[in-house]
Amino acid sequence: MAGEGGYVDEQAIKDCQHDLGMDRPKFVQFVDFITGFMVFDLGESMWTGKAITHELGLRFQLSLQIAIMATLVAVVIAIPLGTISAIRQDTWLDYAVRTFSIAGIAIPSFWLGIMIILGLLISTQAWFGEPWMPPIEYVSPLEDPVANLVQLIWPAVATGYRYSAVATRMTRSALLEVLREDYVRTAKAKGLIERIIINRHALKNSMLPVVTVIGIEFAFLMGGLVVTEQVFNLNGVGKLFVESVQNHDYTMTQALVMLVALVFVVTNFVVDLFYAMLDPRIRYS
Amino acid sequence: MTELLKIQGLKTQFFTSAGTVKAVDGVTYDVEEGETVAVVGESGCGKSVTALSIMRLVAEPAGRVVDGNIMFQGTDLLQLPEEEMRKVRGNNIAMVFQEPMTSLNPVLSIGLQLTETVQQHLGVDDATARARAVELLGLVGMSDAERRLDQYPHHLSGGMRQRVMIAMALSCEPKLIIADEPTTALDVTIQAQILELMKNLTRDLGVAMIIITHNLGVVARYADRVNVMYAGKIIESGTAEDIYHNPKHPYTLALLKSVPRLDQPRGAKLDPVDGQPPDLARLDEGCSFRPRCRYADAKCGMSFPPTEHVDGIHYSACFKKDELDSPMKEAS
Ligand SMILES: Nc1ncnc2c1ncn2[C@@H]1O[C@H](COP(=O)(O)OP(=O)(O)OP(=O)(O)O)[C@@H](O)[C@H]1O
Ligand code: SF4
Ligand SMILES: [Mg+2]
Repeated sequence: MAGEGGYVDEQAIKDCQHDLGMDRPKFVQFVDFITGFMVFDLGESMWTGKAITHELGLRFQLSLQIAIMATLVAVVIAIPLGTISAIRQDTWLDYAVRTFSIAGIAIPSFWLGIMIILGLLISTQAWFGEPWMPPIEYVSPLEDPVANLVQLIWPAVATGYRYSAVATRMTRSALLEVLREDYVRTAKAKGLIERIIINRHALKNSMLPVVTVIGIEFAFLMGGLVVTEQVFNLNGVGKLFVESVQNHDYTMTQALVMLVALVFVVTNFVVDLFYAMLDPRIRYS
Repeated sequence: MTELLKIQGLKTQFFTSAGTVKAVDGVTYDVEEGETVAVVGESGCGKSVTALSIMRLVAEPAGRVVDGNIMFQGTDLLQLPEEEMRKVRGNNIAMVFQEPMTSLNPVLSIGLQLTETVQQHLGVDDATARARAVELLGLVGMSDAERRLDQYPHHLSGGMRQRVMIAMALSCEPKLIIADEPTTALDVTIQAQILELMKNLTRDLGVAMIIITHNLGVVARYADRVNVMYAGKIIESGTAEDIYHNPKHPYTLALLKSVPRLDQPRGAKLDPVDGQPPDLARLDEGCSFRPRCRYADAKCGMSFPPTEHVDGIHYSACFKKDELDSPMKEAS
């Protein structure tokens, strides 16, 4: 608040602290902050002066949507691929899947994002004579779901690929482990067809670690998509994070940290619900 | 009685980095309809692999049946296409495994695990399958069957789980049940109950049973016929009477000396015979029991003793089978 080497009036500092409520005891400040947080009153941004919830609203919605879409992309790719890879272990199919997923882990999402945009430009130019790029203006899915989807599917794929790679590898190794279990041998000894053995007896048991990975990745996507958001020019939580740190916007940074923590807590809770659904031993009676 | 299963010269091997493990090395035995046949031997002698070979469930790709026939009701199971073999499993031949704690799927209800076999093989509707499941649970002595169907394996004790496994095995009215050490993991008192149950059920339903065990005490009470297995081979076979009162192989003699007693700690592995069983990846051409045999002489190292007739259905594979001490003298 003080300019470089500038002199600031003691009284001015005091007034300012009083306005911010910082002259109160720390404990009171904390209780004030937490009770505010409970009802989503996060105060105002020190940079824009607008309510933080207002600043956050759209961005959170956008990040949440991308995270959900990326999760869908990842799950749709990972579970079938991981399963095929496990039941055809050490065949060319398995090698192909493993190469695909290693590549997903090695390729940074933002680079893939750039390649997707370039690819779209070049291929549309080649086919239709006119380059096309996904729209830059954000449209809410409630207003125009198609336009929204056309815009957000690309970042969802770019991040979902890496995400799916992690989940594919987890599915493969968890399933391989379960396939060695005694109860799978029992299922075979009953003369069940392979589809039932895999879907009913093996997959459900192997989903626990996969759900865990998906949960962690999901929570990460909610705050960590800094560079990919830049590439697709998206105004998400990641971008806001960087900006608020650059702008010394303490109230905003603080709110974002709390938000990310909240996302982790909620995601973990949802993961626990999945556990209980998948495994009767975890259910509460 | 008519012949149900005829195993001839069965050889199953595992191709590992440490060499070829000859887990089953020329096993031959028969099972007639409705009969109980025991396979007895120390840990690691190839009992389970023999059973899994019959079901064609040996862990691939390392394990493979390399030779022999398994004739079941006149067809060689080893020649069946996989899809046909699948229809045999659980339907004509069922299996009860050693570990009731891990052999049931922890995330599926008892009801589902009981009904799926009938639904797979007989294609009945849900209601019929469920009624059958209730009936089966009654058959294996579980009270409150309706409620059990909605429970999960972790709600049940080991003995109860093994009863469920038996009910599952019986569900399609198979001709043959292979029980691989069905009671090893259970308390002694429960062991007796389960064995009694299996004996009664197989007798009443006319199901043949191969009971695999390392407990000769089990054999005496429940088996019509006994095969003693050592290092992948059947080294002596005969009626329970023959094996008990007139053993003709030093290994059988040693096993008899160590029939387990009730005061032994639960689950204690029997290691009755001095010395270790041989490494199945490096067997020589001589008798595999030779390093532990007190009757061994030079001839025993030259070639494997042929299986020779003693009397009735009693056979033994030992050069010295007529020179052994009587079991009474051995026991003293
Ligand atoms: N998947 C496998 N790979 C390599 N070797 C194996 C495999 N399965 C079994 N074997 C070997 O085959 C031999 C016979 O094993 P098997 O399980 O039939 O013994 P068992 O008589 O049933 O013993 P137990 O009383 O302990 O159950 C053992 O020496 C074991 O090391
Ligand atoms: S053949 Fe020889 S070594 Fe083998 S069991 Fe008989 S006496 Fe012992
Ligand atoms: Mg075994």
